[in-house]
Amino acid sequence: MKKCGRCAKPAVLHITEIRHGEVQALHLCESCAKEYLNESEAGGPPPDDDADLGTGEIGESSEAGDSDDSVVPACPQCGITFKEFRKQGRLGCPHDYTAFQDELLPLLENIHGETQHVGKVPKRAPKASQHQFRLIRLRNQLKAAVDEEMYEEAARLRDEIQGLEAEAGSGNSP
Amino acid sequence: MDLDALTHTSGEWLRATGPDSDIVMSSRIRLARNLADYPFPNRASDAVRADIEQLLRGEIAKSPAGKKLQYVQIDALETLDRQFLVERQLISRELSENHGQRGVGISPEENVSLMVNEEDHLRMQVLRSGFALEECWRDIDAIDDAIESSVTYAFSEQFGYLTACPTNVGTGIRVSVLLHLPGLVMTKEIQKVFQALQKIGLAVRGLYGEGSQAMGDFYQISNQATLGKGEEQIIKTIKDVIPNILAYERKVRTTLVQENRQNLHDQVSRALGNLKHARQISSEETMHLLSSVRMGINLGLIHDLEIPTLNELFIHTQPAHLQKLRHERMETAERNAARADYIRQRLTVPPSTN
Ligand SMILES: [Zn+2]
Ligand SMILES: [Zn+2]
Repeated sequence: MKKCGRCAKPAVLHITEIRHGEVQALHLCESCAKEYLNESEAGGPPPDDDADLGTGEIGESSEAGDSDDSVVPACPQCGITFKEFRKQGRLGCPHDYTAFQDELLPLLENIHGETQHVGKVPKRAPKASQHQFRLIRLRNQLKAAVDEEMYEEAARLRDEIQGLEAEAGSGNSP
Repeated sequence: MDLDALTHTSGEWLRATGPDSDIVMSSRIRLARNLADYPFPNRASDAVRADIEQLLRGEIAKSPAGKKLQYVQIDALETLDRQFLVERQLISRELSENHGQRGVGISPEENVSLMVNEEDHLRMQVLRSGFALEECWRDIDAIDDAIESSVTYAFSEQFGYLTACPTNVGTGIRVSVLLHLPGLVMTKEIQKVFQALQKIGLAVRGLYGEGSQAMGDFYQISNQATLGKGEEQIIKTIKDVIPNILAYERKVRTTLVQENRQNLHDQVSRALGNLKHARQISSEETMHLLSSVRMGINLGLIHDLEIPTLNELFIHTQPAHLQKLRHERMETAERNAARADYIRQRLTVPPSTN
């Protein structure tokens, strides 16, 4: 049995892929395979500091100061504070998901294990978002395939995702 | 809607006509939806609640499913009537106990209920007899589409349908089946089932009791996560696991009969005897005995009774039902006597044809 190329455990995933014009054979164990397949998911938006290289000095002040949890501003639409929400367990209005997004994300991750909706979309949703939803759905399928150890299917989905991402042409990576 | 007339009938979902209804009492799917541009009910003023109620009530009435629904203004009802609807599973405790303008649209068969100004602006549920999740989804999905065609729901690309409580956000779906598992309870195997279900992210709750102890051996199994999985996927998780539990319960029952037929026959017959002859009986004891008898019927140990009668007794022997039937307020002791009378009558006189 072949061993994982990144650690010493037995390999379960065997992929041949073309990278930078070279054919590479990869043999990975279960945990390294998960990591490897997740790399394509993480490759979405480029890290912020790269994007800002030229204008770094201007944007410094505003965003960073607010992340101190005790001073999250109240929702401008319904007036609820994050503290009030924590106390009663109910949000005040739909806008709170935007107003308290940073605070809610870890909570949602905790409750659902996920932070991105997949599933039904109102029929009247703008067409532009359809592409985005297809990507989300594929990423979800990829995760399920990895969880179920269907690695060939996972590799296929990963290619499809990369294709769609390239097609969208947004957020170029090196 | 004439609530008094309902005291003599029962919902279609109690008729035990659905698949596997010897064990699966009912299947249910509910969706939570909110209107964009309005605060959630708990943070809305009375005037805003009234606006929301009027708007949604109108939309429900216009939708194809809504034409058949009867709308009940909950804030106009007395406590007893609200409790009565809760016991019938037509509204939630939250809707019953909330304040301000609120209501519910109920289908004549009692299998659709659309609640307005519950925890969310709109809580829609479809209930069916037996193991029938796909049918539930088909119905609720169509109702949702119809209403969505004329209102703008609060929805975000990242978080899906936005709800007052973050535990419902995303699909806003709660898929549940109500199982009668006396065999697994009796053999103390039920704990294993709980653990297995928890591992795959499903919640298990007792039906009537407030605590962890389920009354009458009824357990509701439902999804917990609503974000990050599609509706079909959530339904499938439950749909795939239920047959295993059913097989387990059936296997345990068969073994019980093979090894202990005499004991079991004695136990279910005594339960029936107590129900037929008691002069006062608590809710809790009633549930317990009904559960035994229900299993006895399913195992062919009791012959002259039908499952729908039993199912109906679970609902009709609850406090608000008894009081509405008698048209009077009763304290616990009086209710226990009235309950015993009612059960005796239902079990000795053949059920009226309706
Ligand atoms: Zn490895
Ligand atoms: Zn708000």
